[in-house]
Amino acid sequence: MTEPVLPTTRRDLLSLIGKVGGGAALYQAMTVMGHAAESQFTGPPGLSGAKPGASVLVLGAGLAGMLAAYELTRAGYKVQILETQGRAGGRNMTLRGGDVVTELGSVQKVGFAKGNYINPGPWRIPHHHRTVLHYCKELGVELEPYIQNNTNAFVHRKAAFGGKPQRYRDVVTDWKGHVSELLGKALNAGALDQAVTKEDKAKLLEAMRSWGVLDKNMAYVKSEKLGEQRGWERAPGGGVNGAPIPNDPFSLSDTLDSKIWETLGFFAEYVMQPAMFQPKGGMDHIGKAFQARVGKLIRFGTRVTKIAQDERGVTASWTDAKTGAAGETRADWMVCTIPATVLGQIDIQVSEAKKAAIKALPYGNSVKIGLEMKRRFWETEDAIYGGSSFTDQAIGLVSYPGHGAFSDGPAVLLGAYPFGVGAYILAGMTPEKRIQAALEQGSVFHPKHYKSEFRSGVSLAWSRMPWILGCCATWTEESREAHYQDLVAMDGRIVLAGEHCSYYGCWQEGALLSSLDAITRLHQRASAA
Amino acid sequence: MPGYRLTSLFAGALALAAAIAFAAPGRAQDRGGASDIAVADEGREIYEQICQSCHMADARGGGVPGAMFPALAGNPRLADHDYASIVVLKGRGGMPWFSGMLTRPQIAAVINYVRGHFNAYPDAVTEADLDRITTANPPVPDCNCGH
Ligand SMILES: Cc1cc2nc3c(=O)[nH]c(=O)nc-3n(C[C@H](O)[C@H](O)[C@H](O)COP(=O)(O)OP(=O)(O)OC[C@H]3O[C@@H](n4cnc5c(N)ncnc54)[C@H](O)[C@@H]3O)c2cc1C
Repeated sequence: MTEPVLPTTRRDLLSLIGKVGGGAALYQAMTVMGHAAESQFTGPPGLSGAKPGASVLVLGAGLAGMLAAYELTRAGYKVQILETQGRAGGRNMTLRGGDVVTELGSVQKVGFAKGNYINPGPWRIPHHHRTVLHYCKELGVELEPYIQNNTNAFVHRKAAFGGKPQRYRDVVTDWKGHVSELLGKALNAGALDQAVTKEDKAKLLEAMRSWGVLDKNMAYVKSEKLGEQRGWERAPGGGVNGAPIPNDPFSLSDTLDSKIWETLGFFAEYVMQPAMFQPKGGMDHIGKAFQARVGKLIRFGTRVTKIAQDERGVTASWTDAKTGAAGETRADWMVCTIPATVLGQIDIQVSEAKKAAIKALPYGNSVKIGLEMKRRFWETEDAIYGGSSFTDQAIGLVSYPGHGAFSDGPAVLLGAYPFGVGAYILAGMTPEKRIQAALEQGSVFHPKHYKSEFRSGVSLAWSRMPWILGCCATWTEESREAHYQDLVAMDGRIVLAGEHCSYYGCWQEGALLSSLDAITRLHQRASAA
Repeated sequence: MPGYRLTSLFAGALALAAAIAFAAPGRAQDRGGASDIAVADEGREIYEQICQSCHMADARGGGVPGAMFPALAGNPRLADHDYASIVVLKGRGGMPWFSGMLTRPQIAAVINYVRGHFNAYPDAVTEADLDRITTANPPVPDCNCGH
């Protein structure tokens, strides 16, 4: 990229994109980045005193729907849930040996060994997602640490280091070193004398020397000190050959080619910062825990086809998946958590503004591939315990299980979880081709063992899930401005909830927070009615 | 003119715009690795790389009424010269816009493939058409998606 086009502020950047890419590119570039604020959770809603006999119909038995049912039942409402699938949990899902994945156009049977699993949807819970953590505790879901950061995992770009993966630690250390050296040069050349005071200049020089591990001439070069951060050509030992030998840093150009700042930026996001957690044994333990409380309220295999309301109540028309029979369920109030991709295709009696909002929500796409390997060669050969190796190939990354370290026997890797073009490419393949591609591409990290130790695999393309047809809702600043309030506003006797009705898009926290907000407003309305 | 004939200076900025647009699933959402793959230039290949992830390899769509991807094969809506262009540039319902992921030549190529190969509409969509539509910015046509 040439210097003159580098924008300096976000506004410059957006106006530049607007100029060269047109309004549509601008619109897309402005995709709302969400707000990295602490969760708004202040505790369970503690609703009580529902009018005797008052009823609520909940559509969808994902986390938003089941939490609504759980809290509304406690408040005294009569609740029923309609769910199109034969299972509860929605996107909260875990695949184990014997499970069947039914996509549009294909069916796969999971062949994992007993005890092994992959989370094809949600897989990690940041420490500040207080609502999820609260209900895990309340419902008895056992959590364990999820290993998010692993500096010993790899980064790979086709156009960097001749396509050879490097340890994250090495590239990050070199990035820090080169940037420090350059800032030191600029300072020493007086280039920043207008910008910083003399005192600060001295402090900055000292900071760059120590932070970047520069030598006494402010140069970033091989040294024993650097070995203490970057690791060694020969590690420290005992006896005669105990002295360590440091290795050579990469050049500035190589480091730039790696675009390592993107990975650093990823880990810098509030939602990506440790500590992170996962339910022991699979993410679906959260869905199962809710199901243990509200499961008897769920009518499974019930595909809602039409939603109507009048002054007295709501009506959902549905088709029974097994018998094909049509039916109707009535109630006083409704919480609808059907994803917008599907809801936008259903006849629903709400304001034009809400209909427009539902139809203004495109969904992203992603694919996850679970690869079961005969043994944990990434631990024994590469000393990688949890975390992810990133690549710009279609698979996006390989992620290693943080649980079960050092155990013998087969273990499951996440062999793909891309966004962008790679997600579309993999989703368009047959399940067999996806596994082939994942093995081929993942071999870049573990060339000796990746294919030979492969045992079985399963993939799940979210765009091919018949009950959602996508991953998560995509908001932009413009669509938030134009539609968000219309989407979440209570409309007569109907309120929408779910991940798409939150500013915590594509997190379980968003689904739960949206549900709590929706039922609190519903309860106020119902109490006043 | 927006994005039509790019100077080399702006080509870099457009690549930047595209890179940012790739992050469209939402920067703070849970997500995996940023795949970075050159999309093909040829209509059929673009269809296979991008479109068939939802509209299926045979372009017959999938799902059931009320939860479906519309068929693109034999689709009378595509007879309208601009319809597919508007939808690809702006998205519709659950379908995202592809103006960030695909270049204009790629958008034109894949639309001509879908309108020509899976249907028999002879009138080609050009990059100039895409510029015209971008400038006019018409609303996304509604449809019951049930065909
Ligand atoms: C790939 C991926 C990775 C993710 N990673 C994380 C993560 O690491 N951490 C995290 O916290 N979150 C993550 N998320 C987000 C999280 O999964 C969602 O935010 C959350 O599960 C959404 O819950 P929900 O109740 O809003 O929707 P859903 O779980 O989608 O529930 C909607 C329910 O409605 C049902 N339904 C659909 N149509 C009908 C109909 N016509 N009639 C009746 N019922 C119907 C569906 O079957 C489904 O059960 C991830 C999501 C994906 C896809």
